[in-house]
Amino acid sequence: MMADQIKVAYWPGCVSRGFTPELHGSMALVAQKLGIELVELDRANCCGAGVIAEHNQELADTLNARTFALAQQTGLSMMNICSTCQGAQSECQQRLDADSAYRAHINEVLSGQGLSYEKGKDGFTNKNFLWLLVEDYGLDRLREQVVRPLNGLRVGPFYGCYIVRPKERLGYADHPDRDIYLEKVIEALGGEVVEYDGSRKCCGFPVVTMNRDTSLRQAGTHVGDAIDAGADCLVTPCPLCHLNLDMQQPEAAKIVNRDLGLSVLHLPQLVGLALGAEPKELGMDRHVASTRWVQDRLAGAAV
Amino acid sequence: MAEYTIKVRRFQPESGEGPYWEEFNVDLDPSLSVLDGLLQAKDRDDGSLAVRCSCRAAICGSCGMKINGQSGLGCKTQIGEAQELADKQASAAGTGSDGNSIVIEPMGNMPVIKDLITDMESTHWTKIRRVTPWLLPHGEAPEREYVVEPESMIDITQSMACIQCGACVSSCLSMEADPDFIGPAALAKAYRFVGDPRDAETSERLHDLAEDPHGIYDCTHCFSCIDACPKGVAPMDQIMRLRRKAGEEGIEDPNAGHAHEVAFVKVIEKKGLLDEALLVQESYAPGIKGKLKPSKRGLTETIKSLPTILRPLRKRKVKLRQAIPGLHHGLPKDSMNDVKSIYTHAEEHNEEFNLYIKGEEGELIDENVEKGIERSTDPDTAEAK
Repeated sequence: MMADQIKVAYWPGCVSRGFTPELHGSMALVAQKLGIELVELDRANCCGAGVIAEHNQELADTLNARTFALAQQTGLSMMNICSTCQGAQSECQQRLDADSAYRAHINEVLSGQGLSYEKGKDGFTNKNFLWLLVEDYGLDRLREQVVRPLNGLRVGPFYGCYIVRPKERLGYADHPDRDIYLEKVIEALGGEVVEYDGSRKCCGFPVVTMNRDTSLRQAGTHVGDAIDAGADCLVTPCPLCHLNLDMQQPEAAKIVNRDLGLSVLHLPQLVGLALGAEPKELGMDRHVASTRWVQDRLAGAAV
Repeated sequence: MAEYTIKVRRFQPESGEGPYWEEFNVDLDPSLSVLDGLLQAKDRDDGSLAVRCSCRAAICGSCGMKINGQSGLGCKTQIGEAQELADKQASAAGTGSDGNSIVIEPMGNMPVIKDLITDMESTHWTKIRRVTPWLLPHGEAPEREYVVEPESMIDITQSMACIQCGACVSSCLSMEADPDFIGPAALAKAYRFVGDPRDAETSERLHDLAEDPHGIYDCTHCFSCIDACPKGVAPMDQIMRLRRKAGEEGIEDPNAGHAHEVAFVKVIEKKGLLDEALLVQESYAPGIKGKLKPSKRGLTETIKSLPTILRPLRKRKVKLRQAIPGLHHGLPKDSMNDVKSIYTHAEEHNEEFNLYIKGEEGELIDENVEKGIERSTDPDTAEAK
């Protein structure tokens, strides 16, 4: 283990403490194993998931400026575990960073709470766990931590729209490979990357209450494509994608009119398995689509 | 000069055969375009290779295509960059590191006529016509030209930049799942008229676009069109503007898209964090302020969503208090006071900070621009000026 300790202001998001609690739990366990210290932002608010910005941009910008300000109070950079938080927060940060007068206007509202968001303070960044793992922790260091290589496990990456588009907002100019990090991590953990059509497409979740058929057809199609490509499981850094791909999977199967039944892992769960954590500790028994197949695969592959 | 292999998805209807892949070796400078590569293959190897093009300078919008799976213009994509992307994709998939073929396909979401030529009429133009893409002014046309404040037009110049190439339609992930979706190009065009101070049918247009179940609330917010557009139109941003304006009009749409948006905003105002069960309930049967008022659609949708709630309960993934609307934990009280004060302030101001107008660096194009955002939508006033 290298000497430099990573310590971050940790924003778990809402869904990891709501309908996908296994994500929050597995992140805590994996952080401990990796030696990443998490300072949880337990007073921070919802990112708005793009929906609040659709309603009132200034409201979304101020709510997220509050979160950034709370993170900056810790003197640490921020880490999230949700593609949607990443995208929604990056959108607001882009507007806040673009104009000092606008920033001052927003900070005026926050000043009553003793808070202030400062652009680029101490090199402030907000990174999804996926980005942090590759850019700050490092894949070589990750490889050294692997005690149970995922040999023979065929993993399909599923990114979530908000972490891959739009590129100019999400730091791709400086980090052009951010849209292939999942593949790099799967490879570093000893797994095999499965290429299939849906890896960077939309899971359909944002319209699940508005147009259920369109939404679940998207989820069902991607899961089906991954099965056809021979995947043992999917892995995603986005709990909202997980809701549509896993929790809605039996419903999506009805819409696309085929059998599905593919495990969908949260990114920390996949990392945790390779670090030697037990599936149950990682909450894998709580998923809707059974993770039994993944566990059997790994048991068979274990040395 | 460098050598490239381009792999083209071909289709020759007169042959009676299905589509097939064919590779061509081309030799050109990396700074030249993918379209240049295709034209070289056509010139040297196979004159029957069909591709639409005209200006070769990203103005005419003829050469929309998919390059390594990404929709864009053949003339605006450098072949050297396309090679880098092909190599990056191959290395991610573990299938090779360099010298991979550049994959070129016709645009998606529309029928293919021949090779890279798609039928723009049956999807793209039909959808464009669907949104009444012309000005519907108030009363008699003025004797001379309309006079409007220049600032009031800046906002819509973004959607005016559209060159009708169809790249956004090709990339649209909602349309892939629902071919009836009006789609990014047509909705961006619709905003061009909704935002135009000379147009008198703003409200009718918004009703039309919101009340169509395949209209503005069928966009799945995937950002594909933003990255595909070669002219920076950002169609999804225009769709979000249409939603905002439709919401301000108080339009109740059949998809309950506006209800969902209002529900989300209210849930966060009440708890600071998302309460998924409360969000679902509020989207279908708003009750935070006042009595529960379930709609017929709301009841049907709630019944449909029951299995989705029950399965995770059975798996102990979700606790009962999380599945019952309103019982999920929220933020502590002092934080809720902060959130409430943010709401109070933002609802008074509700300013749209438009990056397209203000620019990344934050310099205002003109100090009057800010006034332009809050321009009068009343055509009488606009004309009077």
